[in-house]
Amino acid sequence: MKLDILKALNEERRARRAAVLVTDLSSGAQRLVKAADIVVDPMAEAIDRQLRMGKSASVEIEGKTYFLTVQAPPARLVVIGAVHVSQALAEMARLVDFDVTIVDPRTAFASEERFPNVRVIAEWPDKVLPEIGLDAYTGIAALTHDPKIDDPALKLALEAKCFYIGALGSKKTHAKRVERLAAAGFSPEQIGRIHAPIGLDIGAVSPAEIAVSVLAEIVLSLRKKPLRSEKEKAA
Amino acid sequence: MLATEQDILAEAENWKRAGKGVAIATVVETWGSAPRPTGSHLVIDEEGLFLGSVSGGCVEGDVVTEAQDVIADGKPRTLEYGVADETAWRVGLSCGGRIRVYVERID
Repeated sequence: MKLDILKALNEERRARRAAVLVTDLSSGAQRLVKAADIVVDPMAEAIDRQLRMGKSASVEIEGKTYFLTVQAPPARLVVIGAVHVSQALAEMARLVDFDVTIVDPRTAFASEERFPNVRVIAEWPDKVLPEIGLDAYTGIAALTHDPKIDDPALKLALEAKCFYIGALGSKKTHAKRVERLAAAGFSPEQIGRIHAPIGLDIGAVSPAEIAVSVLAEIVLSLRKKPLRSEKEKAA
Repeated sequence: MLATEQDILAEAENWKRAGKGVAIATVVETWGSAPRPTGSHLVIDEEGLFLGSVSGGCVEGDVVTEAQDVIADGKPRTLEYGVADETAWRVGLSCGGRIRVYVERID
């Protein structure tokens, strides 16, 4: 592999843009196809198919075997609320390869001392999330219990079609949340995308156990089915 | 810290820029219950340091050895591992799967 190609591949990933590396396995010849250039590529069909599935694979085209290294943007997790559960969730999510950001306008919570290894932003979600740029490769877990902080984040996540949207709170709390979101113009189908009560039902008790249940639900959403936006594209 | 797929290629670039000989091994085909999915990477430097994995630790040792030849002569190689292999006891996959690994040098 030419160093230039490796460099370009790494650059595309840092910029959160999809890219596919095409390798001719018999000659070793390689080229990088950026997401924006796929439509005009002679191998567009195969490249697009693998990118949609998010899977690297060998493909046969006109008697030649090519390997397509698919690089989808790394999954991100934005946690709303620098709370106790978030401390455990942030650590665990990092191990699972998520790029983690914590957002909480309450400076007493959003401190570096409480989150030594994670990006923490002490700012309101409706101000900072547009700057972060939510997308279909981003998951959101709203954990503050406070509608003033959680609701604006959930609205932006629904609009951005985040692959996972979860909100902490009891069934009763969520029923009120559903009313507020409906009043704000969100459809029942959109609102139905919110995982609430948050997390898989594993009987979690401690904050760390709740973090496990939330993280398991996030991985399930990422891996078990194609990203929602991709399904819509395919339809 | 665990090396993620993301870190691996970034680290490969760093190693190369630092003037080391570096090879990238990629799982290009799997059959049966292969431990790591297609597209998984292992990067190896000229001293045999490596990052990432192409199996659950079963064949990395052999890939690292082969990678030294790739770094030396620059010719990509395709390696195959499986239980049917005569060297199965030494470098086979205990899980019963088979994998094909493409090893190339960064130039």
